[in-house]
Amino acid sequence: MLNTVYRLTQPRKFEIAFNEIDIFKPEVIVRPLYLSICNADQRYYQGTRDAKVLAKKLPMALIHEGIGEVVYCPDGSFNPGDKVVMIPNTPVEEDEIIAENYLRSSKFRASGFDGFMQEYVQLPADRLVLLPDDIDPEVAAFTEIVSVSVHAISRFDRFAHKRRNVIGVWGDGNLSYMTSLFLKKFFPETKVYVFGIVPKKLADFTFADKTFLTTEIPDDLQLDHAFECVGGNGSQVAINQIIDYINPEGTISILGVSEYPVPINTRMMLEKGLRMFGSSRSGRVDFVKTVEMYKQYPDIVEYLSHMVGIVKPVRNIKDMMEAFDLDTKKAFGKTIMKWEK
Amino acid sequence: MVYAVIAAGGIGSRMGNLEKPKQYITLKDKPIIVHTVEKFFVKSCFQKIIILCPDQWVSYTKNILAKFLPENDKVIVIKGGSTRNETIMNAIKYIEETDGLDDDTIIVTHDAVRPFVSARIIDENIEAALEYGATDTVVPATDTIVESQNGATISSIPDRSKLYQGQTPQAFKAKLLKELYYSLTEDEKAILTDACKIFSMKGYDVHMIQGEVHNIKLTYPYDLRVAMALLEDKEIK
Repeated sequence: MLNTVYRLTQPRKFEIAFNEIDIFKPEVIVRPLYLSICNADQRYYQGTRDAKVLAKKLPMALIHEGIGEVVYCPDGSFNPGDKVVMIPNTPVEEDEIIAENYLRSSKFRASGFDGFMQEYVQLPADRLVLLPDDIDPEVAAFTEIVSVSVHAISRFDRFAHKRRNVIGVWGDGNLSYMTSLFLKKFFPETKVYVFGIVPKKLADFTFADKTFLTTEIPDDLQLDHAFECVGGNGSQVAINQIIDYINPEGTISILGVSEYPVPINTRMMLEKGLRMFGSSRSGRVDFVKTVEMYKQYPDIVEYLSHMVGIVKPVRNIKDMMEAFDLDTKKAFGKTIMKWEK
Repeated sequence: MVYAVIAAGGIGSRMGNLEKPKQYITLKDKPIIVHTVEKFFVKSCFQKIIILCPDQWVSYTKNILAKFLPENDKVIVIKGGSTRNETIMNAIKYIEETDGLDDDTIIVTHDAVRPFVSARIIDENIEAALEYGATDTVVPATDTIVESQNGATISSIPDRSKLYQGQTPQAFKAKLLKELYYSLTEDEKAILTDACKIFSMKGYDVHMIQGEVHNIKLTYPYDLRVAMALLEDKEIK
């Protein structure tokens, strides 16, 4: 079946292309419904990635966060009309130790191959997770990035010692919001403190036990563990502040992406016997857990709905460009494309 | 219930030297008609997909669809009529005899040679036909259209901003379409260009659905070249 694909061919330029969907393939055909723009998509769109990377990866359909509706499923594992979240990570092998999102052989939508800006997306059934019928689709659209938080917290639970009286989360953006929200749900007895630089943003973290400006952290503040959700130029300051305030033998979870190597206070890290681990992306198990959390705690979806910034119906390429341009102007939250292609 | 009605009546006279009717020409390893039928086949809302073709091509069409589609009992090939509207009436007759017609039976009629139709266009036709009774897929006219009464000089140049080019699908409430069609005189039938005109002649609104410029009809060899370029295909097979 001929399928329309909307590819970024060069920064700020989407073009229509067609590919062929093999309906004999034992995979599911999904019609995208709500797609969410990620900073990684925006870096391709704006052309802020390295020129060599752009030359290698484009043309490519963007977007790796999205939900859709099952249209065709030859093996009956889904029914037509089922609402599903699509998993962008696409492993080609299994490993008993290494998770699917860390296998170097895995492919990732809108990074190694076409993302979800298509008329139809064809995926193996295990790359889909069924959503409740009544889920807010604008929230469900960014389940992928939520699952990245869930993934990091699950790993933290495996790695960190069991004293979890206070956990600090650095950052006042989307990732910090989701991570601190889920920390409160996974560990209700734990106090979650959030550290940021914009008072207005911190005011939205109403579920956190305390919030602090990073310039006004009390000297006697102590943390058992911490999550770094800052990234970019702020990584260095954030990680070093964490090292200063965290208790010995604490675990630091790094989630913020930085384009450059970050100098950190290794002397104090050694003295305190700290553990630091990184997390990136997520896999099927994390999506399943995230959707289970949506069902178990409906207030999670309510909190996440505050992250929905702009919802832009997209019917043509001009709408796509407008959605990406609007996304650059937002201070917080997610831009959702209501996909009407 | 919703039915797809694929009109494959072309005899190929306009498609250069390629001897087969144009819907059977291979595009990217498959006959064009297969690409078109697939767009409807994957959608579960269609009770049946009825393909209507010239009598002498019925077996051939059945064979290629059996070869290129998964085993199924929802793709039906029957003989078309002498005109497009007679062809549609054959499809409605088939539906009436097999499943029966009711007020909300919808047919989505489509050209076999428009394989680039999109899921959105199909869905919007169905939704609007249920609500309004009749739909036509259109795109704003890009060329200036001139009218000539004598074929030699221009008699008028209509305002382009009010003109659209018709594509397919067109969707209808089948029972109403049948009733309106058989209420027409032979003279009225003679001037019909498509089924939408039946509704407008009888004073019914036809709802417009936004088409796509790439929902092209593969009529001339040039169109096939364009289609292959869109598919990044290099050769005619």
